[in-house]
Amino acid sequence: MHIAVCVKQVPDTSEISIDPETNTLVREGVAGTMNPFDAWAIEAAVRIREQCGGRVTALSMGPPQAESVLRTAMALGADRGVLLSDRAFAGADTLATSYALAMGLRALSQVDLVFCGKQAVDGDTAQVGPGIAAQLDWPQICFAKRIVSSGNGSITVERSAESGSDIVTSSLPCVVTVVKDIHAPRFPSLGRQLFARNSGVTVWGAGDIGADPGRCGLTGSPTWVDGIFAPPKREGGRIVRGDLRLLTDAFIAGVQAVSLPPGGNDNA
Amino acid sequence: MPDRNTSGLIIHEERCAGCELCLPACPFGALSMRGGTASVDQSVCTLCGACVKQCPAGAIELIRTSRMAVNPGDWSGVWVYAETVDDAFHPVVFELLGAGARLARSRGAVLTAVVLADMDESRLSPLFLHGADRVILAGHPELSLYRDEPFARILVRLVRTYRPEIVLAGATTVGRALIPRAATMLGTGLTADCTGLEIDPETGNLLQTRPAFGGNIMARIVCAGHRPQMATVRPRVMEAAPIDPGRAGGEIVRFEPGREDLASRLVIDSVLRRQEGGLNLNASDVIIAGGRGLGGPDSFRMLADLAEVLGGTVAASRAAVDAGWISADRQIGQTGKTVAPKLYVAVGISGAVQHVVGMSSAETVIAIDKNPSAPIFGTADIGLVGDLFEIVPGLIRRYREGTFA
Repeated sequence: MHIAVCVKQVPDTSEISIDPETNTLVREGVAGTMNPFDAWAIEAAVRIREQCGGRVTALSMGPPQAESVLRTAMALGADRGVLLSDRAFAGADTLATSYALAMGLRALSQVDLVFCGKQAVDGDTAQVGPGIAAQLDWPQICFAKRIVSSGNGSITVERSAESGSDIVTSSLPCVVTVVKDIHAPRFPSLGRQLFARNSGVTVWGAGDIGADPGRCGLTGSPTWVDGIFAPPKREGGRIVRGDLRLLTDAFIAGVQAVSLPPGGNDNA
Repeated sequence: MPDRNTSGLIIHEERCAGCELCLPACPFGALSMRGGTASVDQSVCTLCGACVKQCPAGAIELIRTSRMAVNPGDWSGVWVYAETVDDAFHPVVFELLGAGARLARSRGAVLTAVVLADMDESRLSPLFLHGADRVILAGHPELSLYRDEPFARILVRLVRTYRPEIVLAGATTVGRALIPRAATMLGTGLTADCTGLEIDPETGNLLQTRPAFGGNIMARIVCAGHRPQMATVRPRVMEAAPIDPGRAGGEIVRFEPGREDLASRLVIDSVLRRQEGGLNLNASDVIIAGGRGLGGPDSFRMLADLAEVLGGTVAASRAAVDAGWISADRQIGQTGKTVAPKLYVAVGISGAVQHVVGMSSAETVIAIDKNPSAPIFGTADIGLVGDLFEIVPGLIRRYREGTFA
């Protein structure tokens, strides 16, 4: 079984903010890191490889420095890292990103199963996983919380649903996005860390994967950012200090203002 | 040399005043000063355009070669995807009808609700009561449970037939799987988790506002050359449309899905219902969340008591989950759940921005923490500065005794 995992290098979002005076981005030494959900996706792929055999390829799209996210993926268990990097990919929205990744997956030999994290924490869109499935015309399973079984040309998964969850079975090939309820990633062994450090990362441009430049990057993106601004600040409220009576009074008054029935108070 | 036939960022050096205002505007560190003027590292620049408006001299230009894929004049009307859960409409549908009615009014267009379900016409009146002018109903027993392929295929077929200008859907578990698939099949743009939707009076385009970078930044997104303009909205972010008893009915358009529409390579083996009384943070009106300040798993029992007297549900910050004090399905925040309860009580939570994005839509926030400079107090309506190990038991006692009136 050949399993591909799509990973993304994201800025550490805690370090990015906006200056409300000047409306400019404030970034102080923002380093790239692996999107946290992607580590869960790699672990899901590695577990299936351990049961069914095969190999795991990590795939990313990004600038040359995104190579480091593929080394992280190899340390976590991927056998190979492939980076799609080309000026033509710059400025891609989720449609152009899913197109490029789908073309990259087509260029890999015979992929049976694709895992993605449920979303990336920089954009939080959760659109690229189902977008890849649509580009490839493959079935999709979004927000998987447990792999029940896999092999023999199908995969059975417990996926999240509004009113609980469903057990679903899809034929392969298929795209699966995972939430964090699935197996936690393992700590990379020394051997894996050495493997990641010493392995090369394959870099492909738009031409290598036969991508139409008109469907890539900013040119192939129907949406774009028209402007950025600081989020509306919630008015900081009343600060209360004092003895226990005063503090609990303030709490109770606050709860009463919400117009909730005071639960558990049948005797009052 | 600037090449105007491909997309790219150009700095017109002759206009650059060397003010350096653009440098901090770049989220990716692609801009630097070279010989007194700004310079872009093309290998790092992602063409996000954040620097363009920062330049007072107009020296930075973003060349966008994307074409108009459609004639927007051929598309009209606002659609709301009317998701059903257990044979009833998801509450977000009525919120979307509220937003959709506003947009339809400013475009002078019709508001349509689209239903894909095992449902007949007799069940559609809530959609009309909440403002829909028309309902498109694809009713079929095989649409009783959500499967990505038939739902996306039918929605795409309907969009291609009726050509709506705008399609709105809830950012629910289903919406976040179905709508990206459909938008990709349609080759159009989609903006997730919008917190603001309005019509640009000049262009008539939909201006879609959404948080980015974990909520630290708001971005306004446009989809100018493609139709429909598609957007999802999280539940409880927008206000539900009021009920208008005068409009119990309206036009119903029926669509009969055929065999080829219903084909699916995925089968649903079983449906696991959430246990009665099981955890459902999104449905809780009152959430009591604990963080690092609780110091250990035992303190969560105290929070459970407070939750009990207030009729609420216990949740947690990432710090408490990562420490193993409480299960991950109760985590609120960027990598956990987003909630919008009537009352959110944050106990021993400092209020990092990653936590705040998960709860900032709460109607009322009360924070309890001993550190008066904790950022959570900037978000809270009422901030109690003090020892949570005194305050929480004190509250439980007063609620139990009924000495709170």
